Amino acid sequence: MLAEDTLKRGPNLATPYLGFTTGSWRTERPVLDPERCNNCLACWLFCPEGCFSRGDQAVSLNLDFCKGCGICVAECPRQALTLVEEGAASARLSER
Amino acid sequence: MRAYLNGNEAVATAVRLARTEVVAAYPITPQSTIVEKIAEYIADGSMAADYIRVESEHAALAACYGAAVTGTRVFTATSSQGLAYMYEMLHYVSGCRVPLVMAVANRGLAAPWTIWADHQDAIACRDTGWIQLYVETAQEALDTCLQAYKIAAHAEVLTPVMVCLDGYVLSHTEEIVDVPEQEAVDRFLPPYQAAYAVDPERPYVFGVGAGPELYPAFKYHQQQALLRAQEVIKEVDREFGAQFDRTYGGLVDPYYCDDADVILVLMGATAGTAREVVDDLRRQGERVGLLRLRSFRPFPVADLRAVLTAAGVVAVLDRDCSFGYEGVLATEVKAALYGSPAPVASRSESQWGQPLVAGFVGGLGGRDIGPADLAGIYRQCLEALRHRDRGGELVLSGGWQR
Repeated sequence: MLAEDTLKRGPNLATPYLGFTTGSWRTERPVLDPERCNNCLACWLFCPEGCFSRGDQAVSLNLDFCKGCGICVAECPRQALTLVEEGAASARLSER
Repeated sequence: MRAYLNGNEAVATAVRLARTEVVAAYPITPQSTIVEKIAEYIADGSMAADYIRVESEHAALAACYGAAVTGTRVFTATSSQGLAYMYEMLHYVSGCRVPLVMAVANRGLAAPWTIWADHQDAIACRDTGWIQLYVETAQEALDTCLQAYKIAAHAEVLTPVMVCLDGYVLSHTEEIVDVPEQEAVDRFLPPYQAAYAVDPERPYVFGVGAGPELYPAFKYHQQQALLRAQEVIKEVDREFGAQFDRTYGGLVDPYYCDDADVILVLMGATAGTAREVVDDLRRQGERVGLLRLRSFRPFPVADLRAVLTAAGVVAVLDRDCSFGYEGVLATEVKAALYGSPAPVASRSESQWGQPLVAGFVGGLGGRDIGPADLAGIYRQCLEALRHRDRGGELVLSGGWQR
C-alpha cells in the first residue's frame, strides 16, 4: 500500500511504481525449463510486458505483469517454455 | 483602480493578475470574450502566458491538464455544450488532483438550442469532483478567480475549481469593478509551487492505473480533500477580505436571515434582484431573508443548517432541473436539513419543527426572473405559513416558471 501522503496527492507517482500489477488477469502461465534454455533471449526480446530477466545461464521470469499471452512459448526455439493452466496440478508441480 | 467591466472582462483581468502561465480554450458563447480578452493581453504583452489553440473543449482541458502537471498556473473557460464535451476530462483533472481554474459562463443545454443563462451545464457536472463557486457580480467573479487559485492549490485541497457566472446577466453586463493592484495580488497569490512536476531527472507517472486494491483509497482522499475545502474556502475568503476589504461569506452569503420566517435559497446573479425584493418586503413588515449559496461543491451542510433551521419555510429557486425529480438544489437543501434538530425556541407561537422546503424552478434558458416573480414566491410561502398559524396544514408545492 502507498503512503498516506502519496495517496492524498493523487495518482501521480514517481517511477518505477506502476500502481498495480496485472498478473492476476492471467488464466494460463508460462513455465520455464531451465535445462532446455540456452539463454538465447528470444523470449526477453518478444515479451510485451518485459517479464523476462537475463541471467548467466538461463533467463528468469517475473510473473507480476505476465498476462499469459503465450508469445514467449511460441517464440522459444528450444521449447523451454510451456503454457499451463493456472491452478492446474501441472502448474502447481512446476512451481516446486 | 476602478474600471467599467463586464463579468467576462473581470474574469480575464483576474487571470492576468494571477500571472497565469498557460491558457487553452475553445470559443463558445457566452464564454468566448473571456479568452478573447486574454488573447489580447498576451498579444499586447501585458500578460506573459502561452495560449494553446485547440480543436475542441475536450482537447482544451486535456492541454490544460498537461500544462498543469509541468508545474504551471493554468486557466481555461467554457459554457454549456463545451462543458458537456469536457466531461471526461473533468474527472481526469480532479482525479489527478490538478489545481487548475476554469470559468464557466453558465448557459442552458440543448435541445432546444439556447445560448442563454441557466445552471444546467455546471449542475450536470456536480459529481465530477470539482469545486463549484457561483458568483453574483462581475466584482465577485474577479475576486473569486483570484481566490480560486489559492483554494485549488492548497496542499490539503489540490482540486480544480469552476468559477460559475451567469451567462449574459454577468458575462456581458458591465458594472464598476475595483481592479486590485498587481503588487497586492502578488502578495495574496504567490507563484504556484507544484508538489510534483514533469522533470526528466525525476521521472513520474501521471494518472497511474489503480486496481481494486488501490482505487478506493485515492477516491477516499479525494472526498476528504473536498470536505476539507469547506474550511479552506472560508479561510481564503477571510484572507482576501483582510487584504482587499471585500468578502463574500465563504460558502454561503445570507441576507436578513436572522429572524426570517421565509428564506429563499438560490445561486448566482439572481441574488441581486432578490436583495431588492427582500428590502421591499421588509419595508412592508414581512420577515423574509435570502441565502445565496456560493459553494455548490463542497456543499456546506453545517452552514446551511445554521442559517435555515429556524425558518418556517425554505424556498429554493433552481435554474436547473434533475428531470424526473425536481430542481437539484431543492433536493440538496432538503437532504442537508434532514435530521437536523428543530430550533429550541421557536419564533412563532407554536413549535414549528424543521422548515418546509419548497422547490421552485425558474430562469431556465435565460428566462428573466423579475422582482415580481421572486416576490410571488415569498408571498406564496408567507401565505402558507399564515394558513398554518390559523390552524391549517403547512402545504406548499413549489412551482415552475413556464
